[in-house]
Amino acid sequence: MEVLDEGKGELLGWVDPEEHREWVRKNKCLSMEDKTMDLREAISKFVQDGSYIAMGGFGHVRVSMAAIYEIVRQRKRDLIVAGKTAVHDLDVLIAAGCVSKVEVAYSFGHELRGLSPASRRAVESGRVKVAAEWSNAAFQWRFKAAASGLPFIPAYVLLGTDTFKRSAAKVVKDPFTGRPICLIPACFPDVAIIHVHRCDKYGNCQIDGALVMDSELARAAKRLIITTEEIVPTEEIRKEPWRTCIPYFYVDAVVEVPYGCHPCNMPGCYYFDEEHIAEYLRMTRTEEGTKEYFDKYVFGVEDFNQYLELIGGVKKLNYLRELEKGRARFVYPWISS
Amino acid sequence: MSKNKSRYTQTEMMIVAASRLLEDGKTVFTGTGMPILAALLAKKTHAPRLAIIYEAGGMCPEVPPTIPISVGDSMTTYKAIMAASMDYVMSFIQAGYGEYAFLGAAQIDMYGNINTTVIGPYDKPKVRLPGSGGANDFGSLCWRIIVLMRQDKQRFVERVDFVTTPGYLTGPGAREKAGLPRGTGPWRVVTQLGIYGFDEQDKRMTLLSVHPGVSIEDIQNNSSFPIKIPKKVEVTPEPTDEELRVLRSLDPYGVVLRK
Repeated sequence: MEVLDEGKGELLGWVDPEEHREWVRKNKCLSMEDKTMDLREAISKFVQDGSYIAMGGFGHVRVSMAAIYEIVRQRKRDLIVAGKTAVHDLDVLIAAGCVSKVEVAYSFGHELRGLSPASRRAVESGRVKVAAEWSNAAFQWRFKAAASGLPFIPAYVLLGTDTFKRSAAKVVKDPFTGRPICLIPACFPDVAIIHVHRCDKYGNCQIDGALVMDSELARAAKRLIITTEEIVPTEEIRKEPWRTCIPYFYVDAVVEVPYGCHPCNMPGCYYFDEEHIAEYLRMTRTEEGTKEYFDKYVFGVEDFNQYLELIGGVKKLNYLRELEKGRARFVYPWISS
Repeated sequence: MSKNKSRYTQTEMMIVAASRLLEDGKTVFTGTGMPILAALLAKKTHAPRLAIIYEAGGMCPEVPPTIPISVGDSMTTYKAIMAASMDYVMSFIQAGYGEYAFLGAAQIDMYGNINTTVIGPYDKPKVRLPGSGGANDFGSLCWRIIVLMRQDKQRFVERVDFVTTPGYLTGPGAREKAGLPRGTGPWRVVTQLGIYGFDEQDKRMTLLSVHPGVSIEDIQNNSSFPIKIPKKVEVTPEPTDEELRVLRSLDPYGVVLRK
């Protein structure tokens, strides 16, 4: 195939699919084993300084904030992060000083709430390096290629743009049509962290709501930490096997963390805690405020349960559940009235 | 627009104008903010069979109790027909099922190229913006792209600092030469001042209509590149009372309308 153009971005997370196959054979457990452990153990075991990590969910939706806080608590450093519509999760990791490089499809923003003060400071000052640019579909297809054990996936995106020039994709002459097509390289993250609605102790997972990229991401990552709202008996999974979107083969750790997505939205369970997100955005406007935030909500608590008490406990959590059902008044502290 | 100040806002004018562009029975791929309100308004007025789809996977939801503030939040699958995935949705538009897509922009140029990545030099950015998200994908793969953005000299620029999402690139034939699917590209740009299209021959941004109270001078004074002005310029019809009533009911908390 004739290569017509190459992006100059750094190729991260890529390995020869044959190497990955061998790694899988040597390292992954193919039998159903109990993988439950606590968050502290899961993070210390699978997230190393310098790891390439990717989070499930989308923006402020179904992200494993409990795992993110634990990474901060364990003061991991030099992480490389897949910024695939990474929003609150990535912003918190950057604000806490855990990240040195990020690949960006959508990062440094909080959608309608505005840009991330902490991330912007880090990127504009050069403390965090943007290693490559991608689009959401490109990131999705990087994981799909990896999940399929392929080196790349062809697609009609990125073509003709600076996003391509800063990516690690290549444009080739398609031997079938004769036209240019973009080859999106596979991405095999060292570790992915996905928060799900329910799974059994082996890691057979069900997700309610939009799947985003999680089915492919789970299969692309070398190590997979699942945090879950609840652990259910395997019989529950076997009753409706068509709802399983991640089977145990891919899973390395199962951690039960009810409300583990707070202050983000867990579809069907609880809605955004806008009050807390607004507090975070306010405090991270300055370095001092950022330090204060982490001292209070991460280093100042023993674990996630203490954090939940601190953000308002049962009363707040019930309110967020009512909001999700549309039975309470929505509040948007960032709207100027 | 001054005499109507009390009846509707610029934001409302933009959303109403955008909603009228959507045809019944088609698909529309939308983000949060003004675009989702435009899509919902169209569905509640002239386009009841409009299929609203979100890139995170929500397909054809009904009108939710409050508008989504994330492209993946639970409001995007409210009474939907399917909670799919990004692979599903992006493959769907790559195969030709994406009729309309809404995009926002920090900068746009006369060929409709869009920047949402960085203001200033890439390696020493003045402002780092969020990047492409799904914009490059929608802008590459959907048939008709509608850009919704505020217009001024800093946003309507001669050359965007970074081409995040392809417009007509360097002019006629450039999209096809780059390998992008034929027949796609920016179709309309809606701002607080008017509605623009792209000339079929030279692919340059062309004024289609000015909003009530806006002059041709305002159009040109708020752009750093020359906008093509046709001999006869239409005036965008004002939002009707019904459109305003429906629009305001769709955003009861003022998430977008009061922002």
